[in-house]
Amino acid sequence: MDQCELHLSIDYVGSSGIILSPEQKAALQTSLVILQSENKFKKVYFWGKILGIKDDYFIAQGTGKDEMTERRTFYSKDCVRWGLLPPATKPMREQSKLAKGRFTGDPSFEFEHVETKKVGDGEDATEEEETITIKEEDRLASVVADIDEEVKIVPRSAFVKTPTGQVVPNRSFEGLTVSEAAKLCSYMHFREPKLLLEKTLLQKANLDKSIDFMDTLEDDIPKGSWSLQFERGSGLMSLRSTLWLGFVFYHVPGTRKFGSVYVGTGEKNSDLPFML
Amino acid sequence: MDTPKVNPKEQEYISAKSYLLETSTESGYNLYDHLSTCLTKILDERPENVYDIFEDISKDTKRAKFTSNVDTVLDKTDPSTEVALAQVQRKLFARGDGEDAEQDPEDDAETPLPNLMELAFYFEQAGVGLNREEVIRTWMALKTLVDTHNLQHVRFWGKIFGTEQNYYVAEVEYREGDEEQEEEEEEAEEQQDEDQTEKEEGEEGEEEAEEDDTPKPDFKPPPVVPKEDKAGPNKKTYFVCNDPGKPWNKLPAVTPAQLSTARSIKKFLTGRLDAPVVSYPPFPGNESNYLRAQIARISAGTHISPLGFYQFDEEEEEEEEGEGRDNFVENLDFEGIPVKELTDPSLSNWVHHVQHILPQGRCVWWNPVQKNEDEFEDEEEEEEREEPDEPEPETGPPLLTPLSEDNEIANMPPWTAKLSSNLIPQYAIACINSNLWPGAHAFATGKKFENVYIGWGHKYSQDNYSPPSVPNVMEEFPSGPEITEAEDPTPEEEAALRAARQEAAEAAEDMEEAEEEGSDED
Repeated sequence: MDQCELHLSIDYVGSSGIILSPEQKAALQTSLVILQSENKFKKVYFWGKILGIKDDYFIAQGTGKDEMTERRTFYSKDCVRWGLLPPATKPMREQSKLAKGRFTGDPSFEFEHVETKKVGDGEDATEEEETITIKEEDRLASVVADIDEEVKIVPRSAFVKTPTGQVVPNRSFEGLTVSEAAKLCSYMHFREPKLLLEKTLLQKANLDKSIDFMDTLEDDIPKGSWSLQFERGSGLMSLRSTLWLGFVFYHVPGTRKFGSVYVGTGEKNSDLPFML
Repeated sequence: MDTPKVNPKEQEYISAKSYLLETSTESGYNLYDHLSTCLTKILDERPENVYDIFEDISKDTKRAKFTSNVDTVLDKTDPSTEVALAQVQRKLFARGDGEDAEQDPEDDAETPLPNLMELAFYFEQAGVGLNREEVIRTWMALKTLVDTHNLQHVRFWGKIFGTEQNYYVAEVEYREGDEEQEEEEEEAEEQQDEDQTEKEEGEEGEEEAEEDDTPKPDFKPPPVVPKEDKAGPNKKTYFVCNDPGKPWNKLPAVTPAQLSTARSIKKFLTGRLDAPVVSYPPFPGNESNYLRAQIARISAGTHISPLGFYQFDEEEEEEEEGEGRDNFVENLDFEGIPVKELTDPSLSNWVHHVQHILPQGRCVWWNPVQKNEDEFEDEEEEEEREEPDEPEPETGPPLLTPLSEDNEIANMPPWTAKLSSNLIPQYAIACINSNLWPGAHAFATGKKFENVYIGWGHKYSQDNYSPPSVPNVMEEFPSGPEITEAEDPTPEEEAALRAARQEAAEAAEDMEEAEEEGSDED
């Protein structure tokens, strides 16, 4: 959620059990402004919190003009001093999936994963154990990248793709209506499209190129990976991910107010198919 | 007649203007008017960076033309769900009529209603809890619960998320004797229904028996573990509602079977109490039972209090020394533990004040064999059967065990204790989060402490959930020589057998002949 409206918008996710203590709120409002000006970001978002055993990580993201590609992630343990997270590369993300268990709260902690490999063919095969160490800071960066890729969402038409390929906020976005807000097809994954490319020409015929340039939630597998609920009657829509428990997206229908936050353990819910 | 000489520039201007004035065949408007409206609007409003937002202004102007000023349909909107909920919640804010309004403030002091706002304030310091407004609403909903039932003790237990709706959970204790009354009334109603259904079922059953006699399996289910009434996991009663202001529903008492099945499944709650729980192993009951089982498990695992806040009743101590004691009283001399000691990583200053639930699904172990002895069916048989499998009693940690005795979860401490503030530690409170049940929190400061759960109602496990495997297929026939398949004899074996038979036959013939000869001789 946007840094400048943090104190207001954090209330929208309060009913999902996500609140910040007054001290954290005060600290964030001071430090995020400084973060924004020092790094010359156009906008700074409070991304969420990853709960560790000893300490929690607060995550913030700063964006440039193109909100989809120009994005940098910072983490902090005290809401005041922010450190830049390394960009999550593909091998890093693959590797950190092997790490098991909760985050500890110490960025230099190393997770160990023992992999047994078979060497040789037939009868000569011997098992070799290889220990992979994963640094917690790298795992943190990968988890943030994973969450961004898998569940970061925006309402349809909140962002437009300009002819130059930049993704910028749509100024004429006036919010979804209540009936639109109740449908999963009105929300889109804020990432480069994956499933859209597989659609047929017929399916793509009705799409607006500048708006429908991302995948909608409707195509997500399995079907129950989102829990859409209206709160205060229809005054507030909140969308919780069951794949990443702790990810909450909110939107006030009829207004430009929307945002998302993740407060959780940083572990993907791989038991989802059993739980529906 | 010569035409007035027109300046070619002017001519061009006129033709351009007339082109702009051309009316669109589709919408019936022309660009000239549109531009002039747009420019008037821009000059009137003077927005910044007009160049960037010109398209929007143009679009807005165009859109404004389509909306009709008189709309008969819009005047008759259906009340939205927002209004409907507001109507429901308005009742919460209504003050009692007449009599209640004159109630003395002294009476309020005795109410079992907790000071939820104060507790929420402390939880907010710790960074957990709900919106303030939502807390107020919940508080008022709890008040209606107190007004309608005769309760001794009420607590806001927490909030459990469902996929469609959420549950607000209230934990209550009835005044002595009042629960029975209410239950009797409920049961009386239920029994009437049951009697009817039983009659119907009975009739159907008889008919079926006459029609065909199906073979009965001789499988006897293991004895059902009886549930604990008003004790163990059913010591307290729970009410849930989907939204503050909506009616409170009382959850049924939990049975040991439900508890032990709930341990082996992991399902999302939907938010509808009557929703079926589709799972393997099959869960005995619907979502209300599953919710109740999860509440019991979470309470048993995460309800904690500072050491010394509760103590065992000294009078009862002697009577119940043999078994685990299940009663405790508030320690009036409790002075409070310094916050620093409460956040000590050893956690020996916090104790569980809810009984541990045994694998059996009860807090006090129940011997399944004991019951058989009372039946006196066939004593000899019983004795033979009992001797080999005398079950070992399951034991758990006794009540008021410190958290330092809790098991680790795969090299991970089960609890995390923190100060609410590192900047001003002298006024901070101690808060403690459960790692085993993510979402369970507790705080303590001075003599005050509270537990709350806000989460999905699932236990944490490092490994992925894997459902228990299906039991082995039952044996159809007892295996014996009659039904075991034997290998076919080889031709050599057959030949050998044939030869042996022939020999035997010949030998017999010889014998017969010899006998015949012998008889002839006689």
